[in-house]
Amino acid sequence: MGRYIIKRVIMALITLFIITFLLFLLVRIMPGNPFPSERMSDEAIEKKREEMGLNDPILVQYKNYISGIIRTGSFGKGSSLYNGAPIATVLPKAMSNSFRIGGVAILMGVSIGLILGIAAALNRGRFWDVFCTVLSIVGVCIPSYVFMIFLQYFFAYKIPFFPFYFNNRNFLMSSVMPALSLSLFSMSTVARFTRNEMVEVMDSDYVLMAESKGMYGTKLVTRHILRNALIPIVTVIAPLIVDLLTGALVVEKIYGINGIGKLMVDAITGEGIDYNWVLALGILYSAMYIGIMLVLDIVYCLLDPRIRVSDDPGSSKEASDSTAAEGTVGV
Amino acid sequence: MSKKKNIAAAPVAETAYVPKAEDFEFDTSLDISTDRNFASQGFWKGVFTRFFKNARAVIGLVIIVLIILLSLFGPSMNSYGYKDIQSIKDESGKEITARSIPPRIPWLHKLMTGEEYDDPFADKTFIFGTDSIGRDLWTRVWYGARVSLLIAFVTIFIDMIVGMSFGLISGFYGGAADIIMQRFVEISNSIPRLVIVGVLATFMPKGIGLVIVALLLTEWIGMSKIARAEMLKMKNQEYVMASRTLGAGNARIIFVDILPNTIGPIITQMMFSIPTAIFTEAFLSFVGVGIMLPQCSVGSLIEDGFNNITTLPYQIIPPILVLAFLMLAFNFVGDGLREALAPRIEDM
Repeated sequence: MGRYIIKRVIMALITLFIITFLLFLLVRIMPGNPFPSERMSDEAIEKKREEMGLNDPILVQYKNYISGIIRTGSFGKGSSLYNGAPIATVLPKAMSNSFRIGGVAILMGVSIGLILGIAAALNRGRFWDVFCTVLSIVGVCIPSYVFMIFLQYFFAYKIPFFPFYFNNRNFLMSSVMPALSLSLFSMSTVARFTRNEMVEVMDSDYVLMAESKGMYGTKLVTRHILRNALIPIVTVIAPLIVDLLTGALVVEKIYGINGIGKLMVDAITGEGIDYNWVLALGILYSAMYIGIMLVLDIVYCLLDPRIRVSDDPGSSKEASDSTAAEGTVGV
Repeated sequence: MSKKKNIAAAPVAETAYVPKAEDFEFDTSLDISTDRNFASQGFWKGVFTRFFKNARAVIGLVIIVLIILLSLFGPSMNSYGYKDIQSIKDESGKEITARSIPPRIPWLHKLMTGEEYDDPFADKTFIFGTDSIGRDLWTRVWYGARVSLLIAFVTIFIDMIVGMSFGLISGFYGGAADIIMQRFVEISNSIPRLVIVGVLATFMPKGIGLVIVALLLTEWIGMSKIARAEMLKMKNQEYVMASRTLGAGNARIIFVDILPNTIGPIITQMMFSIPTAIFTEAFLSFVGVGIMLPQCSVGSLIEDGFNNITTLPYQIIPPILVLAFLMLAFNFVGDGLREALAPRIEDM
């Protein structure tokens, strides 16, 4: 157990290291000029390059960059966003905005999805089952931002019940719509997966056995059915969490949230691309992604001891769609 | 003793049946001569039968065909170009642009209300209306749908060429090659797509090319995993050994012997990765990284509509419907293909 976790952590660190290096290399080596050349003279550019250490060998630059992050938590300065403010001063606030919305969305998506899925499995063929099926079709077909636009149109514009834009002073009310629209996809996926897994477990022999021993009701559902049905669901939830983090891009645009997604869009779509921001956010996103995958692996291995024995690193990192998960779990 | 004899003799005694000529002909009124389930039929014929029996899959296919036809012929069904601003000169020679006209079909309007429009564009047809700078939305929506379909075909290409070959080769050779290739997959898989788009945007011009390169770098991973898993299942089977004994080389075994046997899950995975790719393009265009003006895609049209949603809500509906129907249709067809390609015993 301990050995497995240590192994996974080391693997994750190595992957993160390689990715930061790749990102750094791509951003620095690729053609493109961080300075607007028509407005600056050649000498000024050369002076600026020297000052920013852009003339050092790439490995030295990388070493300086990483040691800057590790020792002082500084990602350098932005060049165009926020008038070139240091990234480390802007980032924490954006992260807290994004994570609070994302956290509410994950809580909503997973809890409502689980409850719906359980309700559907226990009332097969009746209202909740049909509702769950419809929701899963809607969740797959309607992109979440379309759903957001409609929510905003009807519940903020036509019926002004919720505030149109997110604001921090009124967090509770103004986070309802962003979180709901963000969690629609994960809610529907979790609900569909929970239902299918529950149904499969409910038809199995050991549930029949438990029932014939005289077990019934909540105890049967929580101890026997849910416990076993939950294992595959964990694999679906982790990619969804990552999706929530990247999907937040659109939510942040639509609801005017100053989060990391908005920073990323600003960094890419601005007049001049902000290299340092792209790099910093790229590293942040990759680190979050790898971190979530690592946590998932550990949770998965706590839930299902067989994973440790087989030790297939690919088995739990599946794409968010169901077919991919089904395709490799069997191997 | 006598009882037994009675029972045995009874039917013979009652009906002394004389066979007729018809008895030796096939009864064509009942269709029992063909066994649809277990008759010897080709694999693809079975897939076809099962696919077309599935109502949802057929609906999905019809929607896809319809959208393809409309995107091919829709823009040329009227005289407007996708980037032409519609305008008209009034008596004094002043130019009036057709800004933000709600959907209008003159003959239908006349049929319904008996009146005619009383503005300069009374005789023009704008089925979906015009956008806020006066371009015909019908043309733009179908032009945008072309972009989505282009993305769908690019995805098929990426899945089939890159992902499938990578997975099959990695699974087939195993050992050191597999380990290196799987580490590569793992690292590629740990870079979120958004980060790749961001890094690409630092040195590539924004536009459809950027989206396609981003898809090329990320979309093959899921398929390679499926292909590898299928290969691991197949490669130790007898027919592979037989083929090797007969002298087949590795390339032949991978692509001629094993590939046709793994085609089911591969096609299914491909169908499910198409909506993801279409959605990614729409999402990037919505954010402003994808397609650039004056071109348009469904995503950028939704963004245009979103900017005017409170005043001109009709503008956002057609692109949303096209996108939603595309996603729905590809998911239905994917589901249908999965069931048709890998039927379970209880479905038969």
